[in-house]
Amino acid sequence: MSTTGETAMSTTIAPAPAPAAARTKARADHRGGLGRRGLVEKTWFTLFRGAAVVNGLALLVICAFLAYNGLPAITWEFLTEVPRNSMTEGGIWPCIVGTAILACGAMIVAFPLGVASAIYLNEYATNPRLVRVIRLGINNLAGVPSVVFGLFGLAFFVTFMGLGVSTLAGVLTLGALVLPIIIRTAEEALRSVPDTYREASLGLGATKWQTISRVVLPAALPGMLTGSILGLSRAAGETAAIMFTAAVFFTPTMPSSIFSKVMALPYHIYVLATAGTEIEVTRPLQYGTALVLIALVLGMNLVAIWLRARLQKKL
Amino acid sequence: MMDRKLKEKCIRSAFLFTASTSILVLALIMVFLFMEGMPIFQDYPPLKFLFGHEWYPTADPPDFGIFPLLVGSMLVTAASSAIAIPLGVMTAIYLAEIARPRVRGYVKPVVELLAALPSVVIGFFGMVLFAPFLQDVFDIPTGLNMFNAAVMLAFMSVPTICSISEDAIFSVPKELKEASLALGATHWETIRKVILPASLSGISTAVILGMSRAIGETMVVLMVAGGAAMVPSSLFSPVRPMPASIAAEMAEAPFRGDHYYALFATGIVLFLFTMIFNIVADTIANKHKQVGAATL
Repeated sequence: MSTTGETAMSTTIAPAPAPAAARTKARADHRGGLGRRGLVEKTWFTLFRGAAVVNGLALLVICAFLAYNGLPAITWEFLTEVPRNSMTEGGIWPCIVGTAILACGAMIVAFPLGVASAIYLNEYATNPRLVRVIRLGINNLAGVPSVVFGLFGLAFFVTFMGLGVSTLAGVLTLGALVLPIIIRTAEEALRSVPDTYREASLGLGATKWQTISRVVLPAALPGMLTGSILGLSRAAGETAAIMFTAAVFFTPTMPSSIFSKVMALPYHIYVLATAGTEIEVTRPLQYGTALVLIALVLGMNLVAIWLRARLQKKL
Repeated sequence: MMDRKLKEKCIRSAFLFTASTSILVLALIMVFLFMEGMPIFQDYPPLKFLFGHEWYPTADPPDFGIFPLLVGSMLVTAASSAIAIPLGVMTAIYLAEIARPRVRGYVKPVVELLAALPSVVIGFFGMVLFAPFLQDVFDIPTGLNMFNAAVMLAFMSVPTICSISEDAIFSVPKELKEASLALGATHWETIRKVILPASLSGISTAVILGMSRAIGETMVVLMVAGGAAMVPSSLFSPVRPMPASIAAEMAEAPFRGDHYYALFATGIVLFLFTMIFNIVADTIANKHKQVGAATL
């Protein structure tokens, strides 16, 4: 029975009269109790389960805490009005609009680029060296800290391209930031399309591009859209990348063009919580804004998770 | 026929061109970081920049020694890894080996949602709930310190560590596990002596990427680390990691002044750190790629 683990050593070295303890243990093993080994296993498995529970608790505590403190602040006025009285009253409507514009803009930039990159990597690429270099680039881009994206946006889009601190500069910076996410999820979607689809199309005489555009892409599109929801939620929650490129604490007007500055939910939370003149007075507004932001972000993620589960069932 | 082939070639090149965007962006990031960061070294020696203990960017004459920021970043990352690595790997083992499929279907989204939480929200949470809590429990002057930042960062890197480790554990060939079980090893013995060693390279990649995420994370350390540009004396000292310094000071730094250049130079250091982390992770992942049971 026991041929692995520390206990095995003693039985193989001294096979003749087995010590009483080992015999009892062996019997325990046969009974399925496993004795000490079983206990060790149970202890460890409990620890592992505990680790998973800790993660769940962390999520639950954060959500519950924000919901408990934030819900009283959420009123129709809070969601639809502009801030008043130097940010201590009023609502967050401009921030909601700003975040929506920034996140959607980033997707408009990143989605076509990301999908095209994924198509190249998954469908066209033949040179393994080249693929490796491109992938290394993507992985490194994915690892660039968001504040460095902010610095890059400031130096390149804001200053060098002369866009100024503007919605457009923020959109482009966020677009660069979510590009790796889009590529990764688009590649996953492409990989999940069975090769038989491609073979059937090519076998009928279609060219590679015809096959991709009429067979592979339609089949992969739902998966790609799921991925783009994740990109959208990432862009919506991003703060450091828009701090120097697009966001302002307060603008009296709603964003009118792509060159105007915007207010955004994450930045609004940050400023109210750290740099505002009356941090304690605006606490309810901070909780409310944070609650709106996580509701938005977690909502999008839940939709993505649900869609993905449905897709997997279908395939 | 020729025409069709030509068209295909054009399309192919167009896709290759687009696929290079990521590399282009990465290159642009490097070029512009260096362009805006290097001028500081014209009148401030690089060694003094890296190892100087004084960060007084607005004093006269200013001091741009980022050593306290560098140490702050490293210590916060180390402390958060001490929490995140065990937690992440253990959750991964639970998900890949122990959880029943139905339970797994619930726990996995939880980890994904944890990853989706915006960093500013986690920072806010650390500020308004965890900091007062720490202050009360440990009876310290401020709850905004290295420990608080480490705990908040841990919850940001756990999902990274967990999901990549889980993939690695999951991809260990079934035969290995079955062989071990058939020899009479318990499930735990199999995990410890067969599955974990076999997935070690994947887990290492996960850990490195998790640490890279922690060292580059900005909003959390900006909001809860305390912001003191000093080499910390204890786990409960306030610190000012590099990203926090950049984010906090960029707005007030005069455009293309020494302070501005110094912040970009700090960005270069931060960028190099994460890039090294990523390249190491990538190398490990590629070198020890598990292709079937034969490579063990």
